[in-house]
Amino acid sequence: MFGFFQKTASAPAARERLQVLLAHERATMGQGDLVALLREEILEVIAKHVPVERDKVRVKMDRSASMSTLEVDIELRGIAIAGRA
Amino acid sequence: MSKVVVVTSGKGGVGKTTSTAALGAALAQTGQNVVVVDFDVGLRNLDLVMGAERRVVYDLINVVQGDAKLAQALIRDKRLETLSLLPASQTRDKDNLTAEGVAKVMGELRKKFDWIICDSPAGIERGATLAMRHADVAVVVTNPEVSSVRDSDRIIGLLDSKTEIAERGGTMEKHLLLTRYDPNRADRGDMLKVDDVLEILSIPLIGIIPESMEVLRASNLGTPVTLSDASCAPAKAYSDAARRLMGETIPMAVPTDRKGLFGKLFGRRAA
Repeated sequence: MFGFFQKTASAPAARERLQVLLAHERATMGQGDLVALLREEILEVIAKHVPVERDKVRVKMDRSASMSTLEVDIELRGIAIAGRA
Repeated sequence: MSKVVVVTSGKGGVGKTTSTAALGAALAQTGQNVVVVDFDVGLRNLDLVMGAERRVVYDLINVVQGDAKLAQALIRDKRLETLSLLPASQTRDKDNLTAEGVAKVMGELRKKFDWIICDSPAGIERGATLAMRHADVAVVVTNPEVSSVRDSDRIIGLLDSKTEIAERGGTMEKHLLLTRYDPNRADRGDMLKVDDVLEILSIPLIGIIPESMEVLRASNLGTPVTLSDASCAPAKAYSDAARRLMGETIPMAVPTDRKGLFGKLFGRRAA
């Protein structure tokens, strides 16, 4: 609907879209820090018992509405942990 | 005590280089010793905006790699003896910019100058993170426009996590510099207002620079706008912002070039 003399002001739409988007993005960025923190602490615990190489560690977090998963993938080279009774 | 200021934004083209030059010159005009440092390796432009493009011999990377002494790379401004430029390299790869090298140069600059103003490249890659790394204060340059505000928000997040101050558990002092502001369009509701941007980014305001022909004119001439025409609205806005950086309290106004009757009759045509 374009009136001849005025269009609807667009700034309020910009403001609202930004507020919604940034609320979401700030939460996601915060999650990045959480993953880094978890990675460090998990590494620390594991390193107490077996040697781990820092670049052989992968931490991934998936978030969805119903369930979130944390996936930690650590390569333990040349160590047979199984069979320890 | 010297202060390291990073001028940053995330988004390109919002006025980081223009603002670095204008703020640097405004600070130098008060008698402070100022160096402006270009971190945009491969796409340097601060030399051009400062009008020193034909005087570059050595650059930041030469100093970082030990091929030149800092004193050899610094270019003293011809208009203001308290203002110097440390240019970026145009030909070298930005991977030559190492964290240790930059830390060493920053340490040397701190001994020589009161203010070290770092012009960050756009983006959030190495150049940008190294430019902010050693800063005490950040000036976040933002246009009243959605993509610029979003990128500024991202940069604020990095300032609070990826800088030396943040890693030591401190908080970076951050200021918002709103550039290319058009009060008329904001009044009509076609541009985000100052308060909208402030509410969204929630960092304190250090200046509002109006959209103005004078800014383009200054860069055409290779003169920081605060030196080319100190009386025009953007120059006054930058000078006020520089004084606020120095800790002065100056009331914030939306600057305009509105002229009195005399100005209307005899002044230049409005931009």
